[in-house]
Amino acid sequence: MSMQGPLATSRSATGIPTGRLGVWWLLASEIFIFGGLIACYILYRLNNPWWGGEAVFTKVPAGAFNTFVLLTSSLFIVLAHDAAEKKDFDRAFKFIWYTIGGGGVFLLVKYYEYSSKLFADDPELLKTPLTNTYWSFYYTATGLHALHVIGGMVIMALISFDLRKGFNPHRVELIGLYWHFVDIVWIFLFPLLYIAK
Amino acid sequence: MGQTTVTHDSHAAHGHDHHEQSFIMKYFFSTDHKIIGLQYMFTGMFMAIVGGYFAYAFRMQLAFPGMEVPLYGTVGPGQYNMLITNHGAIMIFWVAMPVLIAAFGNILIPLMIGCDDMVFPRLNRLSYQIFLLSVVVLFMSFFVQGGGFGGAWTSYPPLSAVAEYNLTDWGASLWLIAVALEFVAFLIGGINFVTTSMNARAPGMRMTDIPIVVWMIVLASIMFMASVGPLIAGSVMLLMDQRVGTTFFVPSGGGDPVLWQHLFWFFGHPEVYVVLLPALGIVAEIMTTFARKKLFGYKTILYTTFATGGLAFVVWAHHQFIAGIDPRMANIFLVTTLLISIPIAEILFSYVATLYGGSIEFRTPMLWALGFLVTFLLGGVTGIYLGSSALDIYFHDSYFVIAHFHSTFFPIAIIGMFAGLYHWYPKMFGRMMDETLGKIHFWGTIIPFNGIFLPLFLVGMAGQHRRIYNFQHFPDLATADLQGIRVFATVSLVTMLLFQFVFAYNFFVSMFKGEKAPANPWKSNTLEWTVPSPPPHGNFAELPTVYRGPYEYSVPGNKEDYWPQNMPDRN
Amino acid sequence: MAGAHAHPNYVKIWVLLLVLLVVSIVGPELGIPWLTLLTAFGIALVKTYYVAAYFMHLNFEKKYVWFLLLISTVLLGVFFFGVASDIMKTDGQNWQDCIANNTCAEQQRYFVIDGDGQLR
Repeated sequence: MSMQGPLATSRSATGIPTGRLGVWWLLASEIFIFGGLIACYILYRLNNPWWGGEAVFTKVPAGAFNTFVLLTSSLFIVLAHDAAEKKDFDRAFKFIWYTIGGGGVFLLVKYYEYSSKLFADDPELLKTPLTNTYWSFYYTATGLHALHVIGGMVIMALISFDLRKGFNPHRVELIGLYWHFVDIVWIFLFPLLYIAK
Repeated sequence: MGQTTVTHDSHAAHGHDHHEQSFIMKYFFSTDHKIIGLQYMFTGMFMAIVGGYFAYAFRMQLAFPGMEVPLYGTVGPGQYNMLITNHGAIMIFWVAMPVLIAAFGNILIPLMIGCDDMVFPRLNRLSYQIFLLSVVVLFMSFFVQGGGFGGAWTSYPPLSAVAEYNLTDWGASLWLIAVALEFVAFLIGGINFVTTSMNARAPGMRMTDIPIVVWMIVLASIMFMASVGPLIAGSVMLLMDQRVGTTFFVPSGGGDPVLWQHLFWFFGHPEVYVVLLPALGIVAEIMTTFARKKLFGYKTILYTTFATGGLAFVVWAHHQFIAGIDPRMANIFLVTTLLISIPIAEILFSYVATLYGGSIEFRTPMLWALGFLVTFLLGGVTGIYLGSSALDIYFHDSYFVIAHFHSTFFPIAIIGMFAGLYHWYPKMFGRMMDETLGKIHFWGTIIPFNGIFLPLFLVGMAGQHRRIYNFQHFPDLATADLQGIRVFATVSLVTMLLFQFVFAYNFFVSMFKGEKAPANPWKSNTLEWTVPSPPPHGNFAELPTVYRGPYEYSVPGNKEDYWPQNMPDRN
Repeated sequence: MAGAHAHPNYVKIWVLLLVLLVVSIVGPELGIPWLTLLTAFGIALVKTYYVAAYFMHLNFEKKYVWFLLLISTVLLGVFFFGVASDIMKTDGQNWQDCIANNTCAEQQRYFVIDGDGQLR
């Protein structure tokens, strides 16, 4: 079996490279997954105004810091893409690992938030997915998002070593698109779950 | 790509092997789109046997309540629910989807648009592997403590959400996981199909030179992608309800079960069109080939398909007319539901117009295609009754509904599948199928099929509700004449299942002993008929250039009555 | 590939995004309901635009991709409004969803007891 892909992959009748087109369709389907979840949340939220009283228990500074972390990591991955295009693969490799570091910081903060709610000694502050439907949504939505963060980090780590040798530099752009999307999801989850009271 | 050698037409089905791979590598871990297509097809056909077996078991229970069913045993109430649930789920998710979209899509798209493979071959393989995993998980769900899930394929909460209600603690969860995995498999496959046909078309192939079946499969993939997302989110929420104990859909904890119904049908109704479109495409290819006539209104069909695709997203709540939804919305959904019959009818009229004045050859694939038109018409027309909210109050959850959607789904999934299989069998395996056996199989399927479901319209109108284990418990429904109809339907089902052995014999014997197929046995125009049967790895010895649309049959001034897409000059 | 277009100044976009982030946090602190909505969700949209247009290079991509993504969100809107009247509205001119009303009333009661006056 030849290692090179089929000729079909190199064709581009739309003018968009095949890999990028595939990622756009992937993101469109992800819009529906997260969008469906968020739509359900908004429906319940508008129907239950008292959920504002629950949102008070989220940690806005932690959420804001995480938004900052994700925005910054978005900057890193786009700089990595920029470097990869200029064939500066060491610089691209460095920025990919900065991005992975950003994802790591995000997950650490997330872990701190989760643990401070799930294992709180004070029954007032103890918030589990079973406390009420607001918290069910909180854990489901942020959990699904965190899984996407982890997935992105793993993929970035996998491609980074190939990249340093100069293989498949276009993959930086593709994982970058995905990472920006994960960032955008968080941009919406943050006001929906943390800020709106 | 360089390794492609020209094979000749007389190649045996499993004979060609250019790459010295082991059998396992070639047939289980291949990235070749044709092999993956066949994997999907065989898995789908295996699941069809399972689904048909389940149907046999519960139909026997309905006709002869309490009797021990031969080859199954006694059907208990819980088991009855498990059988109907999984019959529905298997037939839609594990038969119609993999065979119509994944199998035909994989085999046909690269061949028809003139490229050597899918654009993401490894993703394609991953898609099949996830699909296979979903099959395994589904089978696991039958054998865990408490048995398989019995909450109907719609799995409405709170019944499906709480183990104390449905009594199938892990059965329900594994079932849900299997369905979710299947969704993921088809999302990946769908992205591949869409990207391939958008980007990898042969040089010269304009948008309107793409064969209709490719358009239909691609549009179906897009519709699937756009409708399934909210349900994947919903499945995660339902799984949380089942396993963690949240109350997203459980009213006792503040959840709303109607939300699940919306999430489900926002997917579930487009899903009907997701499987309908590929079947319509297959039928279009066959009709134009065997009528030796240009497809009537290529662009009209295309635009009406777009219209169908758009409208399909705004009709979903007609499944919920009696679920306590807002009556004003019921009005809107009533209107859109009736509207969507217009584009579908227009497509069918175009097919009839294609036949008009053609020199029709009644080969086996053509018989199946014509059978599709007639049977689907019956299913479509009865759908108009159910789409009217006032009538639906009476008909809802009755056998009328069962008969209606089987009259649509059976033509789609089974007749469409057989039509495609008989048509492309020479291309898939390099051998011809037996015509006589094929015709026996056709008549032996289509007549008993109507013997099953025409009577069920009657019992439905008499008020017989679905999902009831034993009608003898209901004095009004236990009358001898209604029971006689049930027995008739069951006997028809058994007859139909027996005739499938004719197909199985024909299928497997022809694979090894059939007449060798030439490259273009039906004298068809599309690109897949320009390569040897079966096509070698890499498909085309020289990648083709396209000069015209796919349906140029009986063009005046040509010596032959067909004119292949890649032929530069007059034929 | 994407090399044909001039790259935007990524750092500048990033600084802009951070400013927007600060606004979206400070705005709701003032406690004015319409300002909360505007700053929290309006700015989320603006941020999304900047990330999509510049970081994801959508402004330099074929128009077709904008179209694809917008159609996706429009369909989500269809879903939302098709469902909203069932989940959120429980009565109308000639009809009333008694079950939903009762459930909702019970929920409110349950929370007033449990929620120690946090309720607005």
